[in-house]
Amino acid sequence: MRASADVVIIGAGITGVALAYTLARRGVRDVVILERSFPGAGATGRCGGGIRQQFTTAPNIRLAMGSVEIYEQLSQELDYDIEYVQGGYLVLAETAEEVALQRRAVALQNELGLPSRTLTPEEVPEIVPLFDTSTIAGATFCPTDGHANPFRVVEGYLRAARRLGVALEKGTEVVGLEVKGGRVTRVMTNRGPISPGVVVNAAGAWSRQIAHMAGVELPNQPVRHEILVTESVQPFTEVMVISLHTGIYFSQTAQGQILGGIGDPEERPGYEIRSSLKFLRRFLSELVRHLPALGQLSVLRQWAGLYDVTPDAQPILGPTPGLPNFIQANGYSGHGFMIAPKVAEILADYIERGEVSEDLARLSLARFEGEVEGEAFVVG
Amino acid sequence: MDDPIVCRCEEVTLSQVERAIDEGYDTLEELKRHLRMGMGPCQGRTCLPLLARILARETGRPLEEVMREVSIRPPLAPAPVTLFLGGADEG
Repeated sequence: MRASADVVIIGAGITGVALAYTLARRGVRDVVILERSFPGAGATGRCGGGIRQQFTTAPNIRLAMGSVEIYEQLSQELDYDIEYVQGGYLVLAETAEEVALQRRAVALQNELGLPSRTLTPEEVPEIVPLFDTSTIAGATFCPTDGHANPFRVVEGYLRAARRLGVALEKGTEVVGLEVKGGRVTRVMTNRGPISPGVVVNAAGAWSRQIAHMAGVELPNQPVRHEILVTESVQPFTEVMVISLHTGIYFSQTAQGQILGGIGDPEERPGYEIRSSLKFLRRFLSELVRHLPALGQLSVLRQWAGLYDVTPDAQPILGPTPGLPNFIQANGYSGHGFMIAPKVAEILADYIERGEVSEDLARLSLARFEGEVEGEAFVVG
Repeated sequence: MDDPIVCRCEEVTLSQVERAIDEGYDTLEELKRHLRMGMGPCQGRTCLPLLARILARETGRPLEEVMREVSIRPPLAPAPVTLFLGGADEG
């Protein structure tokens, strides 16, 4: 392992690998990624792969729109097929309140240039065949939302980054951070220390522990989210479907499997990621309620991962107050895969030139000292 | 046969496995994600023991150590969706 690096990134999930590649592409090539396990072992490699722009806060919408611009050409840019499908997201509402919330969200989204629109229940089967319209009160659709294969996105970014000189250190766990004179001066690992120019905390659900090593307290909480895939069937939709009412989401993968999950309001914070029968029952009952034909399928495999959840469901990004070379890139609250490509750009702007964009400033850890406006569309 | 198939569900051959190990995918979990082995209808019952032996041979590590690095995910065999419908309060 190198004794020092301009940029030390903790975590080889989507955030770490996207940032490493983006920096290297701009000429910042002395970059080392420290990964306790293997790339994508945490939330990224366990996620549903959705890429959504239909959010309710301006920073989330802007970051997601910027990410889609990158995702649209990422297979070519990385010379690696990420199985990107721009089939749109259908967002379901079941109550008058949710329909009203959707109208307000679409107004803000349209104002920011997103081509989302509201649909009546009767219009939904045109977007997703076999859908039972009696199960919903309304919906919205954004045709430029989509999904991609998380394994392949991580691999694509990493391969391109390594070609440009980025080093990946697998099996390397950070065990301490040395702070002197308002800077992180050394990153201690199970394989020895490394001296950083800047350190990026992209450790997902373990970011809180990493920050604590530098005396920085993050408000993030780990929350288990379960997911499953069915056997493969004939492709019938490219659309990702999500519900504001139940928190179910599902799509059909490039392999033809139905892949999806459902949030559980009773889930308590913690690092437990075992699979449950309760999840199977809740998810499948909701899936079949909306699309009765899918009752004929068989379940192949279920697993779980951890959302890294902040009090306002928006990420914590940028330099830490009082420790300018300690950069936070965590707290995505289930949306990291969607917005990481654009986040990598704005973090690179800061690392390369000290530039703090409007969104970076708004998403600083410092925001939790005042009143915060939270993201309302947290699904899954 | 010149290049035997190791994973029938995803049609992965021995030479593809050996190349992946050479490229640095040196644990069962990484190989599984990279090659999709164990993600098909057999859920790894046929291919993962084969993959583990190849990995142990190529890396010179004990088979037991290699086997510990993969998680077994439920259900153990494909299960009809209808088994789980209704009565969502248990479990």
